[in-house]
Amino acid sequence: MAGKTVAEKIFNAHHIDNPAGDMHVISLDAVFCHEITTPVAINDLAAKGKDRVFDSGKIMAVIDHVTPAKDSKTALQGKILRDWARRHNIKNFFDVGRNGVCHALFPEKGFVRPGYTIIMGDSHTCTHGAFGAFAAGVGTTDLAVGILKGVCAFRYPQSIKIVVNGDLPGGVFAKDLILHIIGKIGVNGATDRVIEFAGPAVEKMSMESRMTLCNMAVEAGATSGICYPDETTVAYLWPFINGQYPSKADALADYRLWLPDPDAEYDKIIEINASALAPLVTFGYRPDNVKPVSEMEKTPVDQVYIGSCTNGRIEDLRTAAGILKGKRISDSVRGVVSPATPGIFSQALEEGIIKIFMDSGFCVTNPTCGACLGMSCGVIAKGEVCASTTNRNFNGRMGKGGMVHLMSPATAAATALAGHITNSNLYKG
Amino acid sequence: MNRFSGNVLFLNRSDINTDEIIPAKYLTEISKEALKPYLLEDLVLEGFDPAKDLANRRVIVTRANFGCGSSREHAPWALEVNDIRMVIAESFARIFRQNMFNCGMLAIELPAEEIDRLFNEFSGNNATIEANLEKKILHVASDGKTAEIGFSISGFDEALVKAGGWLEFADTHY
Repeated sequence: MAGKTVAEKIFNAHHIDNPAGDMHVISLDAVFCHEITTPVAINDLAAKGKDRVFDSGKIMAVIDHVTPAKDSKTALQGKILRDWARRHNIKNFFDVGRNGVCHALFPEKGFVRPGYTIIMGDSHTCTHGAFGAFAAGVGTTDLAVGILKGVCAFRYPQSIKIVVNGDLPGGVFAKDLILHIIGKIGVNGATDRVIEFAGPAVEKMSMESRMTLCNMAVEAGATSGICYPDETTVAYLWPFINGQYPSKADALADYRLWLPDPDAEYDKIIEINASALAPLVTFGYRPDNVKPVSEMEKTPVDQVYIGSCTNGRIEDLRTAAGILKGKRISDSVRGVVSPATPGIFSQALEEGIIKIFMDSGFCVTNPTCGACLGMSCGVIAKGEVCASTTNRNFNGRMGKGGMVHLMSPATAAATALAGHITNSNLYKG
Repeated sequence: MNRFSGNVLFLNRSDINTDEIIPAKYLTEISKEALKPYLLEDLVLEGFDPAKDLANRRVIVTRANFGCGSSREHAPWALEVNDIRMVIAESFARIFRQNMFNCGMLAIELPAEEIDRLFNEFSGNNATIEANLEKKILHVASDGKTAEIGFSISGFDEALVKAGGWLEFADTHY
């Protein structure tokens, strides 16, 4: 019998039912909720007389898309989520002051573990696969069922393995790697597939970089991106698991259960040489429209945005601040930075990073998803161009009639200084 | 159970994403009905005008990877409140496809050559398609021409459509 992929092992360990064909119903270890997609699920459940939760300890909720509320409608969305969390005694509810971008906040709180199954009404839920979990974005009906019953149905997963060899060159980051991968396989290249990210370049990555990598798996259509749990994973999780395991080695031994078998069968295996990559940027309205920065050099931008579930973590802010330190951004550019969580914001304050951003001319906002999807805190006007560390360049994404170029935090910082798209290596030391 | 038939809206492009189907700025609505005026508002497709071209359309025929991007179920809801309950495409993004069946609606995948045929032979102004879910046949008609095209959906998806969606199914079964 053939060996198992990571996703197959996780599915088998969580099996509940096989209602038909290749559809499998699996049990969920966590259901994550935010204020955009959950209120309709809450109202729907209530209207059907099913205002219950399967396990209040396995539900985590946050207000993150528009926060603090910008108008009556968003205030109501927050209120519905807040009232529901109180009503069901959901202790892990993060309101204004403690809230941040869900896919940065929940890992930071230790809610994700190797081998977990997680759903959320948000396509970038695939981020949490960085910990060796199966984490998938779902719609509101799947979310409602997850909240009510703690189960979700998926096709039994096929996987694509992407092996990244070599070392990322200077000025090239996890964001450039994932843009390269999406450009290579296309926005449809991994539909209904799980992507396993493997190889030495991934093993060397921090958890933050692995989250960036897995975050954009969905932009190639993938159900989840997965990195293998290793010493880096254990070190990140140690503050949350040190009561559970006598040593890090014991934790690692346990987590190795979730590595793929050597003879696991893949739909496809793709090899990438990281050493050959250059900094990349998107053009057009699809995340697979990718070009080297050198070919987009001198493209003028109106706004630079650094933040989001893709690139709003401390490592991203450190990288950008390293380029901005002691310099002023171009007069022609508005700079907006949004540390993704209060924890990241505090850390950046302690390290002097916030001061660097402010001295360079950046506006620092509270943690929120707002600008990435054109909802608040950095919406662009018709005809404007934004250089952004976010994940989608769809038409109208950051504001109707606007253009978004996706890039790494380093490229975004260099672009803010130059006033046009440019290579961060030009601003080294 | 929903009825799946009516006039066809042809959208001749692949990779139409959920931001195009319903822009994020309308996600502050908490009722499905409120999404009605904004369906396909940001669609990038030459000659398409959502203000005129959506009138009396009940079925969408389109190309590959329809519904990619955001997980928002607001996309099928925006279709539903405009009385469009069936989308026929070469392929769908996973979450969108599941959302359609979870809402008791039909997302039918046909081979590229069948989609080509629909565009080439039936994309006049008065094309209609009716799905016979029991026989798994699409009855297509336009300008006096007719065709029958077989389709398949999984037993699970069919059960969801017949149950009126996943919530009802799951609460009975699990």
